[in-house]
Amino acid sequence: MSLPPEQPPEPRIPLGHGATFAPRFASGDGPDYDNVLACIRCGLCLSVCPTYATDGVEVQSPRGRVALIRAWQEGRLELSPNLRDHMYHCLDCRACQTICPTGVRVGELVLGARAVAESQRRRGAVAGALAGFSLRWLLPHPDRLEASLVPLRLYQRLGLQRLVRGSGALRLLPGPLAEMEGLLPQLPGRPLRQELPEVVPTSGVRRYRVGFFLGCVMTLVFARSSRATVDVLTANACEVVTPKEQVCCGAPHTEEGEFEEVRALARRNIDVFESLGVDYIVADCAACGAQTKEYAHLLCDDPAYAERARAFSAKVRDISEFLVGIPLRRPLGAVPRQVAYHMPCHLAHAQKVREAPRQLLRLVPGLQLMKLNEDDWCCGSAGIYNISHAGRADKILARKMDNLRESRADTVVTGNPGCLLQLQAGVRGRGWATDVRHPMELLAESYRGGAGEQLPPLDGEKVRIDSGSPTD
Amino acid sequence: MEARLIDELRRLLARERVLTSPEELAVYSYDGTFLESKPDVVVLPHTTAEVASVLALADRERVPVVPRGAGSGLAGGSVPARGGIVLGTNQMNRILDVDTVDMVAVVEPGVINASLQAAVEAKGFFYPPDPASLKQSTIGGNVATGASGPRCLKYGGTKDYVLALQVVLPGGRVARCGGRMIKNVSGYNLSQLFVGSEGTLGVVTEATLRIIPLPKARGTVLAVFPRLEDAGEAVNAILGAGVVPLALEIMDQTAIYCVEQYLHAGLPLDVEAQLLVDVDGDECSVTQQLQVVSDTCRQRGAREVQVAADKAESDRLWAVRRAISPSLGRLKPNKLGEDISVPRSAIPEMVRRVAAIARQYDLLIPLFGHIGDGNMHPNILCDLRNPAEVERVQAAARAIFDAAIGLGGTLSGEHGIGLLKRDFLPQSLDPNALALMRQLKATIDPNNIMNPGKVY
Repeated sequence: MSLPPEQPPEPRIPLGHGATFAPRFASGDGPDYDNVLACIRCGLCLSVCPTYATDGVEVQSPRGRVALIRAWQEGRLELSPNLRDHMYHCLDCRACQTICPTGVRVGELVLGARAVAESQRRRGAVAGALAGFSLRWLLPHPDRLEASLVPLRLYQRLGLQRLVRGSGALRLLPGPLAEMEGLLPQLPGRPLRQELPEVVPTSGVRRYRVGFFLGCVMTLVFARSSRATVDVLTANACEVVTPKEQVCCGAPHTEEGEFEEVRALARRNIDVFESLGVDYIVADCAACGAQTKEYAHLLCDDPAYAERARAFSAKVRDISEFLVGIPLRRPLGAVPRQVAYHMPCHLAHAQKVREAPRQLLRLVPGLQLMKLNEDDWCCGSAGIYNISHAGRADKILARKMDNLRESRADTVVTGNPGCLLQLQAGVRGRGWATDVRHPMELLAESYRGGAGEQLPPLDGEKVRIDSGSPTD
Repeated sequence: MEARLIDELRRLLARERVLTSPEELAVYSYDGTFLESKPDVVVLPHTTAEVASVLALADRERVPVVPRGAGSGLAGGSVPARGGIVLGTNQMNRILDVDTVDMVAVVEPGVINASLQAAVEAKGFFYPPDPASLKQSTIGGNVATGASGPRCLKYGGTKDYVLALQVVLPGGRVARCGGRMIKNVSGYNLSQLFVGSEGTLGVVTEATLRIIPLPKARGTVLAVFPRLEDAGEAVNAILGAGVVPLALEIMDQTAIYCVEQYLHAGLPLDVEAQLLVDVDGDECSVTQQLQVVSDTCRQRGAREVQVAADKAESDRLWAVRRAISPSLGRLKPNKLGEDISVPRSAIPEMVRRVAAIARQYDLLIPLFGHIGDGNMHPNILCDLRNPAEVERVQAAARAIFDAAIGLGGTLSGEHGIGLLKRDFLPQSLDPNALALMRQLKATIDPNNIMNPGKVY
């Protein structure tokens, strides 16, 4: 009996075998597996990633990070010290989230991966105590934080924590200490939190009652900037309420994947602010704004707080986002400066607030806005990245400083304390005379020269109490 | 791979440019498709000499070498299917020369397409090839895949701009082909042999590219056609009227539906096609061309015609076209992006057949692409975790290829064959032409180390 002639096989596209995965740690604070799968690997994110630009290797790209997380979730990679380090190489600047065509939230996935990595870490007793010190003992308590007073100490605490975690990091200590020294700014005499009255009335007729979320670094280091924020608000029909009991927003804890601690801080801030009857909660620190807008998401499974967190986050606005949404008085004082605007990542990418600060600066007489190439690229500050990954952060800063030099600006403006510190260090290190300012300082300066007629809102879309969090 | 070979590679290149950790190998196992296969080692050379030393070692040891640019290819061409060495050229990224008298740019292979465009535009010049991946893809990858883009209709694709290449061949020999001249018939046109060779013949380490003066103005027309045939006829009428658009893009009904699900922009869901037409030139020529295009569309049955004469307006009209990719990713986790190309006369029939295939296999297959040159992208949306669906996707893909070839077309217009379409190549090529390709491959790469298992 002869066999029938063999049919040539039908041509096939190698689609794989349709395997199904039960991903590891797909729930809780771990990375969202469905969002991981949304990556189509087009590589568009490579074009905006600062660490890919400096290193030129795929493992330093957003697409690479998502692939690592996926391989780990699918059991093709194990959590090694290497893999954990790769999760910390990300700046969490989220430029990739702005450009991703399929909505992959790489920054959030990386933070989720850090949370899992930290929960699986067996820490030595000493290292654990040190790690807990800054995040759990120091930062949640403004009085303790202020008692430490010198931000160098604060930075040492924050930096030290990372250092003791990393393997062999102690060898690197002299380098990071030098970095910290380089970042040390001029300090205000007293933290603003101690100086600012709980309620500052408006200079005119009150139209808004605004809660002020005063960031830890803002009050300790950039008191002058936050004072300017209050001045701009009160010049524009806002009564400003700054509750002394407010605590750290939780951004530093988020970067370390310590989500339970963030939730604890969030609950306390919600408790503090919800009794005040404010229309909005305004932050002049981009990182605080981004973090507090996330409270709704972080507490969505907490029956006691879900609804309250949603209400809280819906009220949060970056100061520039808030100001372009209300009728503003025209600032009259001339501020003759040539200004470059650097977008903080946590404003441009995390909060999607990109043009508002420039819209405000355009109102200032005599102020000339200069073109800054790559204005939405990270400056390398990224929380404590400039201490924990100093070499790469220096390269990222150098790229920013090159663009700044080309802009020919005499002043660089940005609304985030980390960026302010980093840019100050960049300017000082190069011996430049460039002034580094928060946008509210220039606006307040102009208002000191007088306030003219009331203008229609520059962007009426941004401020609506019922609009929900822009990051939803 | 044997440890001694890794050690040898480390001696040939700086240690930090020879990657072997599981994490690093994992991220060099993919490209812009869903395919994955791990390499044994990744090398990131900085010079032609380093590339040559790697290819000499690989040839001696019979180890596969897979050249890789940005890993954004859409056919699996840079996926190391048989392991071996992934040779990433992305760190060789210097623009060596932009010469506005000779009108050439000389670049290393890792230069990003968009960086080259910016560099020549700063001097008032223009490098037309514009693959959708232009922000991330490299010139080396563009040359290897023969990448094109929407502007190809008027200005041609990568192949039309490659004047000369420096190529490292298996064994490590370095060959320079072509020159800085537009006219050059001294010997075979070897540069063109490497355009679209998908890394199967050698590694490009330098490219001399033609650049042209930058047109001063640009405009856009968006036209909505209730009937697909009318859109096809409008395209022919526009070209017949003497206007060669910079770009001529079509979206079919399913593509419009997908975008509307994502944008909620109130797009018309009852129409069969939408055309997006870009024209360029000096300012009065652009005004004139916009008039011809909009009149022609109206005469040929467009229900609605919008004209954008400035960049902001133009960007607004293009937003819908640009929203296609994101919208597809949100409807299904995977997509198989096809890249068929058919003669222009067959376009309406091809669009109809794709719609019929989608119905037959119960799949969502939006179709969009460059109707002006007949290159279209039916995207089969799917969930590869569903085995039954995978079988229907296989059948639908076969049916689309059969339809394209049956209408006198080809499997791939601009993505390449790679791994994805390798099985289908024999039915799409003349047997003697395919045999000649195999002979060339065997002559240049007798030990079959260059990207083995691809294309053929």
